[in-house]
Amino acid sequence: MDIAIITIFVLAIFVGFEIITKVPPTLHTPLMSGSNAISGIAIIGAILSCTDIIAGEWKMAIGCIAVIFAMINVVGGFMVTDRMLKMFKKKK
Amino acid sequence: MSHYIQIAYLISAISFIYGLKMLSHPRTARNGNIIASIGMLIAIIATVSNPSGGGLNYQLILISMAIGSIIGAFFAIRVQMTQMPQLVAIFNGFGGGASALVATAEFLKSLNGTESSIPFIVSIILSVFIGTLTFTGSFIAFGKLQGIVTTKPVTFLGQQFLNTLLILIILISAYLIPTYGISSFYVIFGLSALLGILLVIPIGGADMPVVISLLNSYSGIAAAMTGFVLVETNPSAGNALIICGSLVGASGMILTKIMCKGMNRSLVNVIFGAVGGEVETSAGSSQQLNIKSYSTEEAALIFDSAEKIIIVPGYGLAVAQAQHAVRELADLLEKSGKKVFYAIHPVAGRMPGHMNVLLAEANIPYELLKDLDQINPEFEGCDVALVLGANDVVNPAARHDTTSPIYGMPILDVDKSRTVIINKRTMNPGFAGVQNELFGYDNSIMVFGDAKDMLTKLIADIKELD
Repeated sequence: MDIAIITIFVLAIFVGFEIITKVPPTLHTPLMSGSNAISGIAIIGAILSCTDIIAGEWKMAIGCIAVIFAMINVVGGFMVTDRMLKMFKKKK
Repeated sequence: MSHYIQIAYLISAISFIYGLKMLSHPRTARNGNIIASIGMLIAIIATVSNPSGGGLNYQLILISMAIGSIIGAFFAIRVQMTQMPQLVAIFNGFGGGASALVATAEFLKSLNGTESSIPFIVSIILSVFIGTLTFTGSFIAFGKLQGIVTTKPVTFLGQQFLNTLLILIILISAYLIPTYGISSFYVIFGLSALLGILLVIPIGGADMPVVISLLNSYSGIAAAMTGFVLVETNPSAGNALIICGSLVGASGMILTKIMCKGMNRSLVNVIFGAVGGEVETSAGSSQQLNIKSYSTEEAALIFDSAEKIIIVPGYGLAVAQAQHAVRELADLLEKSGKKVFYAIHPVAGRMPGHMNVLLAEANIPYELLKDLDQINPEFEGCDVALVLGANDVVNPAARHDTTSPIYGMPILDVDKSRTVIINKRTMNPGFAGVQNELFGYDNSIMVFGDAKDMLTKLIADIKELD
């Protein structure tokens, strides 16, 4: 593992801190469910673990369950966030 | 070809950052969420279409994705806004679980191949540890919020000792992985799951906002750790996970900090403090309270002569599903030329910003919802502060009573307004288990009853006055 990866990790943390500090309390719940959906990025890893290398065994099931879990997180997370944000209206 | 895939991951990372940024304003928030979800779609398509990925079982992937999408969509559509904390908790759990499973799959693959590097094994262990702990911890949090598991803190003798012991065993097992391989791995898996349960079970209902933010952060960290695992075999996918995971991890940490500040407690204190169980209630202040109980007719008269009204909604309002009744009352008052604002405490509801979502559901414009710093100077010139099902967050003892368990917690200064009308179901103390001296103040009036019933009656009484 080279130091470039650690650099990316640390910089991404800083970006995360910078963006989130500015979110007003009104939007904390949608922010949390939206960022939660983003943590479903594990879906990439889950898809990649569904290879035929470990197929034919019960181990294959691990990849499938990982895909299901991550997909619940992604689809559910983004949809419910949208449902909430739809309700935030300006005064007429 | 692999360059295209790297660029696709870069685009999705930018979409997430940009989407999160747009989430910081109500006007742009909805588009921000859509941009983030498009970013996710790009990442998924890039992964599936990767030819160097080789040997992907497309049939199984598609079926699993369909199953997950249907389950996720079902809950997203069906959930009630009051249940949002539970839903976010359980989605967090699935995210953490997915990360742990990916790391597990990578570990099993590595057993067939050549010997693995130390950073690779360390990343796998961290990913499995945090991911599994998030999974079981989230389910306990879900259970507590849903009322399946007791909301009271569960503590027992030697709890801290047991947790420390478990962590030690996990560390030793991790060290022994090169020798014992899979058996060591199973031990880590099982004990991390147990630790997740043990860490959440002693936390009381009032501290749930902190726990959910923390688990949110963990699910991000778990994804980042899984990224470190993947980097060895698939650098571009690994990088994507590291970037997105740490974004979410950082944002969860910030929200956790905000929640802790809202309750004037340190994170360590929330995790190990178990408030509510062992707190000794401050000596018999409840007897001396001189409480004035009013009917809704009498309360209506006070509203009639008021100019400026601040409504303080608490969780009791959400439980009674009274957010629409509040809106109706506010409409009525505004129609006769009165000014109505809402004061939202950082920990109102069961998760950060929960109360804002509930009020938005009732079509209350977000500009009228004021946070602690904005609204506190306003109470001075306010005629009526209407407290609906809130308790600890308006307890003046937090300002002056050093013996009170909530001393130092930032509160809404409702007692500074001319009249405080407090609606509660009973005289039971709030989550912190403390009696509220505000109820006995000279300018305080209690109107007992369910928030929704009380508001409906109050609206009818005010209408009769006109």
